[in-house]
Amino acid sequence: MSQAASHAESAPASHDESHEAGHDEHHGPAWLAHHFDTPAQQFDAAKLGMWAFLAQELLFFSGVFVAYGIFRSWYPEAFSSASHQLDRVMGAANTIVLLFSSWTAAMAVRSSQLGKKQQTTTLLLITIACAFIFLIVKYFEYQHKFHAGLLPGKYFGHPVDGGLFGAIPAGHGHTPHLAPKAHIFFSLYFVMTGIHALHVIVGIGVLFWIVKRNAAGEFSKEFFTPVDLVALYWHLVDLIWIYLFPLLYLID
Amino acid sequence: MGAATTTVPRAQPHHPDPNENYLKAERGIMSWLVTLDHKRIGIMYLISVILAFAVGGFFALAVRFELFSRGHTIMDADQYNRAFTLHGVVMVFLFIIPSIPAALGNFVLPIQLGAKDVAFPRLNLMSYYIYVFGACFALYSMVTGAVDTGWTFYTPYSMRTTSSVIPMVLGAFIMGFSSILTGVNFLVTVHKLRAPGQTWTKLPLFIWGLYSTSIIQVLATPVLAITLLLLCLERFLGLGIFDPKLGGDPVLFQHFFWFYSHPAVYIMIVPGMAVVNEIIATFTRRAIVGYMFVAMSSLALALLGFLVWGHHLFVSGMSEYATMVFSGLTFLVAIPSGVKVFNWVATLYKGSIRLESPMLYALSFIFLFTIGGLTGLFLGMLAIDVHLHDTYFVVAHFHYVMVGGTVMGFVGGLHYWWPKMTGKLYNEGMAKVAWFLVFIGFNVTFIAQFIMGSRGMPRRYYDYLPEFEIFHKTSTIGSWILGAGFLTMLAMFIISLKSGAKSTRNPWGSAALEWQTPTPPPLANFIKVPTITRGPYDYHLATEEELSEQ
Ligand code: HEM
Ligand SMILES: [Cu+2]
Repeated sequence: MSQAASHAESAPASHDESHEAGHDEHHGPAWLAHHFDTPAQQFDAAKLGMWAFLAQELLFFSGVFVAYGIFRSWYPEAFSSASHQLDRVMGAANTIVLLFSSWTAAMAVRSSQLGKKQQTTTLLLITIACAFIFLIVKYFEYQHKFHAGLLPGKYFGHPVDGGLFGAIPAGHGHTPHLAPKAHIFFSLYFVMTGIHALHVIVGIGVLFWIVKRNAAGEFSKEFFTPVDLVALYWHLVDLIWIYLFPLLYLID
Repeated sequence: MGAATTTVPRAQPHHPDPNENYLKAERGIMSWLVTLDHKRIGIMYLISVILAFAVGGFFALAVRFELFSRGHTIMDADQYNRAFTLHGVVMVFLFIIPSIPAALGNFVLPIQLGAKDVAFPRLNLMSYYIYVFGACFALYSMVTGAVDTGWTFYTPYSMRTTSSVIPMVLGAFIMGFSSILTGVNFLVTVHKLRAPGQTWTKLPLFIWGLYSTSIIQVLATPVLAITLLLLCLERFLGLGIFDPKLGGDPVLFQHFFWFYSHPAVYIMIVPGMAVVNEIIATFTRRAIVGYMFVAMSSLALALLGFLVWGHHLFVSGMSEYATMVFSGLTFLVAIPSGVKVFNWVATLYKGSIRLESPMLYALSFIFLFTIGGLTGLFLGMLAIDVHLHDTYFVVAHFHYVMVGGTVMGFVGGLHYWWPKMTGKLYNEGMAKVAWFLVFIGFNVTFIAQFIMGSRGMPRRYYDYLPEFEIFHKTSTIGSWILGAGFLTMLAMFIISLKSGAKSTRNPWGSAALEWQTPTPPPLANFIKVPTITRGPYDYHLATEEELSEQ
């Protein structure tokens, strides 16, 4: 032990016996992991980790955004005519639902900080309910597209490009007239909203898990990090939708 | 996600003694498989990447053997395509990217910080299993027909080929997440878990390197992930994003791919440089000259790495202006690389150099990486690249960087930290023989490729004209010497595990922090949390006791 200490000198008072790893006598609360010294340190670490993770998520989406930008500039008519096939009302409704759920998620953090356990549960459950509403609306949107033959890529049911896709039944004949290359718009539409919906589903799972932990009394005024982090994640899901909505639904 | 990892159960059921060395603190195979200890996770990574290296090496030797003579030697053209693809994929995604950060870094980084563990131990274990899971996909692809696209999976070929592209691409996708999570973990650990006194300017340069690498891992890898996902969907649904027949753009795939894969080159090389810093300081007993320049050059490489991907697309039909910009930016990368090389040389100058095996690898790194880097400048020149693109010159260039650089750094680091990890010494004579074979074998293999590449031998070709025969033969013989070198090294390490002498606390007489704790380190890394009072290379401040072997 003297070996380790020699480089390290003996520790100042603030770093005293509690750091004798010896018996890992740990004076902090139960939720403080053994390798952290203070709750603040643990909280900061978790938060920084989450921000790094969210940065990663943004870059993940950036790929499809770049693809969108390129193809939109190449095929502007296709994009604008295809965009009109989307249901703006449903899109707008979903935007409002998500914005509202982001707000309830933020309020859940607030109430958790204040130690209001019951209120936190309620707010988180509202957030989850909104997420379900979002998915249900999405389901109807998708279903409508499927029926109209507005499918991604080679399944697109509209005979464009001199019948390249003619072999596929043209959406029971309902398919409206769209400019060539509209199938790329729908490819991007399904990929972007699909990946986003996947994030919503993951979010629901995590939110439920947090509700459970909250109900079990794991969180308190002192320890609410997981609520904070899941809310951050949810804000990102919201943020991405806020970009998707105008790009996909509102362009002309 | 991050939230899952904020609390870690403090006490395992049977309360291992944190002062006991980490190999002995707990016993049984399960205690390894579910461990949260960064040192054990590092060792598990180490074993995995070495296995991957063996598989990749097997394919390398097979590819080289096929090219020993013209025409059919041991496989047909189709098998050849699959063999070099498997070699490339395995080496890049299974070996070289996780090698230094996930294996050596996991073991060393928290100890050098004076921390008890990484910030998110459970996430760390999860990263490992994600890596294994991804590797299983790659393995599955191998047994269901493998892939013949080359490791770059370029469209549109990768959409048309009947080979087993989807499992392989999903494998790379999954392993990407392992890499991202390791990056997040290290970033947070460096920011939040430094021991008292461990200021940013006292950080070991190994940590600066891993920190820069983590930034790249977190910011570049997701772009690869979305690219590979789109590729899978393109195969399933014919999205039309990359497929020119459907109005898509195959060059977009190349842009996306290289936006990850060029920075990935720095995921490979910056950690190698970081290892070299540690070895050089220890084996010259000197502070690295220009500490701050060296630290910042890692960050500069990480950031510049994001701006130069276009140099892989000079002949893919970019605008002239774009190629000029990318060419210019590419040259900028030479500056931080040069800073490192000059600072190493300056450190060596007047240092009391000891030529033990880790140092031999570090010196090889400098020598070979310099060649790799300088030939990179040739490729960055527009006019010259048009001639050299997709020839063996490129193959030789990237092997000088990846093998001559990263693999030397990895192997050097493995020799250097081996006594700390295992508590055992190895046979230095045998280590030197292995080094000699590796160094000679490597140069014989790849100098021949520089020459034939500059004379126009294209890469990825199954057959060649008679005038290239002499170079291919030389190269193949070199690969045997190289292979023999790695086998000798493997034997040496196995002997060391079986019957190596017990290592002292600080066998190299290093002033760095990880050598101040017992060998092998205790479960909690230090018996008492250290307070850092001097830098890792301050040999003039270190006491005799700190530097002594015991
Ligand atoms: C043991 C020594 C090695 C030999 C003899 C060897 C040989 C080869 C050969 C013949 C090729 C095919 C070149 C082509 O036509 O494109 C190749 C490609 C490649 N090698 Fe190696 N290699 C070795 C080690 C490594 C290592 C250690 C790495 C990485 C850490 C690596 C990474 C690659 C990559 C990424 C490719 C490109 C594959 C592709 O084009 O898809 N190699 N190597
Ligand atoms: Cu590059």
